[in-house]
Amino acid sequence: MGGSLSKVMEKLGKAFGTKEMRILMLGLDAAGKTTILYKLKLNQSVTTIPTVGFNVETVTYKNVKFNVWDVGGQDKIRPLWRHYYTGTQGLIFVIDSNDENRIDEARHELDRILSDREMQNCLLLVFANKQDIEGAMSPAVVTERLGLHKLKGGRLWYVHPSCATTGDGLSEGLQWLSANVKGQR
Amino acid sequence: MSFKKDEDSGGMSFYHDKSTVIQEARVFNESPISPRKCRALLTRIVYLLYVGETFSTQEATTLFFGVTKLFQHKDVALRQMVYLVIKELSTIADDVIMVTSSIMKDMQPNLEVVYRPNAIRALARIIDAQSVQSVERYFKSALVDRSPSISSASLISSYHLFPLSPSIIKRWSNEAQEAVNAKAVSSYSGGASAYLSGGGQGGYQAAASSSYIMQYHALGLLYLIREKDRMAITKMVQQLGSNGKGSSIIRNPMAMCMLIRFARKVMDEDPNVRKQMHEYLESLLRHKSEMVNIEAARAICEMRDVQPADLFRTIAVLQLFLNSPKPVIKFAAVKTLNKLAMTLPQSVATVNVEMENLITDSNRSIATYAITTLLKTGNEASVDRLMKQISSFMADITDEFKIIVVDAIRSLCLKFPAKQAVMLSFLSGVLRDEGGYDFKHAVVEAIFDMIKFIKDCREAALAHLCEFIEDCEFTKLSVRILHLLGIEGPKTRNPTKFIRYIYNRVVLENAVVRAAAVSSLAKFGVCVEDSAVMKSVNVLLRRCLDDVDDEVRDRAAMYIKVLEEKSLADVFVRDEAQFSLATLENELVSYVKDDSKHSAAFDVSSIPKVSREQAQAEVAQSRPSALDIAGPSNHAAAEPTPGPSSSAEGSSYGAQLAAVPELESYGPVLKSSTKPVELTESETEYVVSAVKHIFKEHIVFQFNVSNTIPDTVLEQVAVIIQPSPDSGLTEDFIVPIDSLSPANGSGVVYVSFTRDDPTSYAAGTFTCTLKFISKEVDPTSGEPEEEGYDDEYQVEELDLGAGDYITPTYVTFASEWDKLADAASLTETFALSSSESLKDACKSLIEVLNMLPLGGTESPTSNSVHTLNLAGLVISAGGEKASKILARCRMTYSPGAGVTLELGVRAEKEEAARLVMAAI
Repeated sequence: MGGSLSKVMEKLGKAFGTKEMRILMLGLDAAGKTTILYKLKLNQSVTTIPTVGFNVETVTYKNVKFNVWDVGGQDKIRPLWRHYYTGTQGLIFVIDSNDENRIDEARHELDRILSDREMQNCLLLVFANKQDIEGAMSPAVVTERLGLHKLKGGRLWYVHPSCATTGDGLSEGLQWLSANVKGQR
Repeated sequence: MSFKKDEDSGGMSFYHDKSTVIQEARVFNESPISPRKCRALLTRIVYLLYVGETFSTQEATTLFFGVTKLFQHKDVALRQMVYLVIKELSTIADDVIMVTSSIMKDMQPNLEVVYRPNAIRALARIIDAQSVQSVERYFKSALVDRSPSISSASLISSYHLFPLSPSIIKRWSNEAQEAVNAKAVSSYSGGASAYLSGGGQGGYQAAASSSYIMQYHALGLLYLIREKDRMAITKMVQQLGSNGKGSSIIRNPMAMCMLIRFARKVMDEDPNVRKQMHEYLESLLRHKSEMVNIEAARAICEMRDVQPADLFRTIAVLQLFLNSPKPVIKFAAVKTLNKLAMTLPQSVATVNVEMENLITDSNRSIATYAITTLLKTGNEASVDRLMKQISSFMADITDEFKIIVVDAIRSLCLKFPAKQAVMLSFLSGVLRDEGGYDFKHAVVEAIFDMIKFIKDCREAALAHLCEFIEDCEFTKLSVRILHLLGIEGPKTRNPTKFIRYIYNRVVLENAVVRAAAVSSLAKFGVCVEDSAVMKSVNVLLRRCLDDVDDEVRDRAAMYIKVLEEKSLADVFVRDEAQFSLATLENELVSYVKDDSKHSAAFDVSSIPKVSREQAQAEVAQSRPSALDIAGPSNHAAAEPTPGPSSSAEGSSYGAQLAAVPELESYGPVLKSSTKPVELTESETEYVVSAVKHIFKEHIVFQFNVSNTIPDTVLEQVAVIIQPSPDSGLTEDFIVPIDSLSPANGSGVVYVSFTRDDPTSYAAGTFTCTLKFISKEVDPTSGEPEEEGYDDEYQVEELDLGAGDYITPTYVTFASEWDKLADAASLTETFALSSSESLKDACKSLIEVLNMLPLGGTESPTSNSVHTLNLAGLVISAGGEKASKILARCRMTYSPGAGVTLELGVRAEKEEAARLVMAAI
């Protein structure tokens, strides 16, 4: 009975135009991924510990159900990111705008993700995070340093400034994702 | 309807193979997830693992990452299944730490979720040693959680994590203790809160049970944490057992059983608490749980040196259980009594009436135990009836039970030799039945014992064995039987009839059996007093010279030579002495390992010899169960003989010493003292014993030191030795113990001395002082504190004397004594005023000289005159091969003058003779 009820709900959802979107959120360690996730989910700034593994939450924003996978960014976990590529429609790549030393490392990781076959067709949203800190790189500098203008294959990409603790810029990012996602499977 | 349902989800779908399951694992990646489909697939994965399907690392890793995606769904039943699969895959798949974050989220204490225990159990499987500390906080709160399923899960997980990170888990013992104690109260409050909060929490709280199972798990964890600390375990048993008064806080019967096992272990190790523990166990015989009664009864029956007087209550309880309607209880009771009957048959005899009723029990296992118990307790009259009863169902029981029956009969025939005919025909009957090696071995052993102890049955038994080897599939048994035939056959009235059986083996069997048959044949040739037999044996052996196998030909050739020269026969066939096997093995191993020794042949004369009787006694000691009941007829054989077993102990030090780098250049140990000398009482705070090792140019004292003070670590432990001034020894160095805590048991300090003159035998008395830095252990961190203080501890003095240079050995005294008549020989007379009797004098002479008493001369038959004959091997002073030494001690005793001793010593070397003389 439960099964049939959920099917009814699904149909209703489609009728009212509810979209569902699978989002993978990656980035170097301490970029602020988990903080962003729980800010979106609970609208609270939570204290986090380094993620060993992943967190997964469903966030609903303006009739779109985002299924967000936040996978830890530590060295030893990065090789495991690939297990979560399948079915991803949007990649949120989080940058610590205050960490200029590691921006090249971030670019390297990003290139590696985007070159994977499973990620050919997904949208790319870059959060230039930690904008509240003085001296942080501007979105334009981040765009430049990540080499986004040189991206091949006609990928849709967008860089947006954000501050995970206050929530500034997060909804604009989601807005862009929902506007650009192609029709339901 | 129901039929259709069966078709949809019935058992058949589980028989899919691995590749289908891996294919279908795509459903884990679908969005949205279908919990029902995923659960079905997870079930199939677990099923496949359960039936023994193996997954490669790559397959398991792919499946594992698929499964992790199911964490996005909140379905409770799905999540439980996910944890089950994660636990199963955790040992095969790579990178399982990937679920750490997700599990920690499910472990949050504020979550009222039913799968929290599952999360805790899964965490223990995936975590690595470095991460244990980071989950300490979660665990500490989960251990004392009022929900029994959570507290049990965390207790068990801690138990499994213990080997990974013992130091951290040790810090959780307070919480584990609380889990044992607090439950009686808190489960009430748990119930009350569920009631007050109404239905909201009801589903979750329903898991609270009244089984108190977490007490069982907590006790297990506490024991693991404290295992190495004997005092703490004793205290734990005393506290939890309420010192035998009032009701215990332990409610769970399994926990009680575990506590009983701890109590048993404690009383075995510490005789001081034995009485108290015994009373406690007796009080548990009245416990309301049958499981606990049985366990307590069993513990009492298995106490060391249990006396019939200790057993009345226990046996009464077991007697009641024999009438229980539950087969399990009956089985447990009868098994316990069966075991007890091996040592104390007269105590068990009181329940014979109940046992008789169980003979016909429909459960064959119970019936077997009942009959074999009766065989041990019963009287001679009932034997025939019982034997008949057993024969009727021998075919229905498994080998394991058949062995129990055979063992019982073996002890029975030694007890009632008059019944040997019945039993022998039974044994030979079962020997013809189908059965595995262990069973056949037990039967053959039983017949061997009969041959050895019951003279009347010898010929019949040998005939049965001959028949058995005609068609025996076990080479090992054939060889043993052939050997026995060689020894016993020639003594029979008609030895020739066995020769045919033995020669058949030479024709028909494999090389190992053929070789054994050749040796056996030769014994007939040598031992039978009939030249015709010898002649025909010679003919048979000559035929063996054409055998295809080297060993068989060699043996045949050697024995042909032996038959021709009578003097050789005495050495190779009739010789009553044999090498001490443990020492021989040890020496051979060190010879083979050391390349520098290979230029010379192995020197066999340095190996001490023991008589055949001693060797047999040693074998008998290793399987005492049968001989214990054999009664007075073979009492002497079962009595432990100190000589040979201690030489085996001595040789075990070799490997230990070889591991010390400082002693590497010293060469092989010439001699180690047989038993450690206790330098302290066993109950003191530091326990020290010493072993002396003699090298060619050095003497090394080995001190085994153990620290029994809890929460204290000793560092830089050394032993300071003051030799007496004329000892002729110079100290080289001390190898100290770095750190010694009660937990790591005991350590070894070595002190090395150089023998100033290696050709003389250094002797003297040494004062020994234990010296160390004592540090207290911080109870919270488990680490010793920085600051310590120097301390000393005086232990008893240590003697070095003649006995330390001599190894007991076996010789035929009279002939050796004559042979050495021309060698170094000394005779002196002493007055042994300190000895009160001849027996006393013998004992102290054997102890001081460390030589082997020969021909039973260690126990004087007369009160006034006695001669004690002793033999030994003396380490040669120069370090060459050991030399033989014999001593004849002629003693007289009169009440006024005490013992007068005339000591005659004959030795291959003169200084050896002087050494012995000087020792008195």
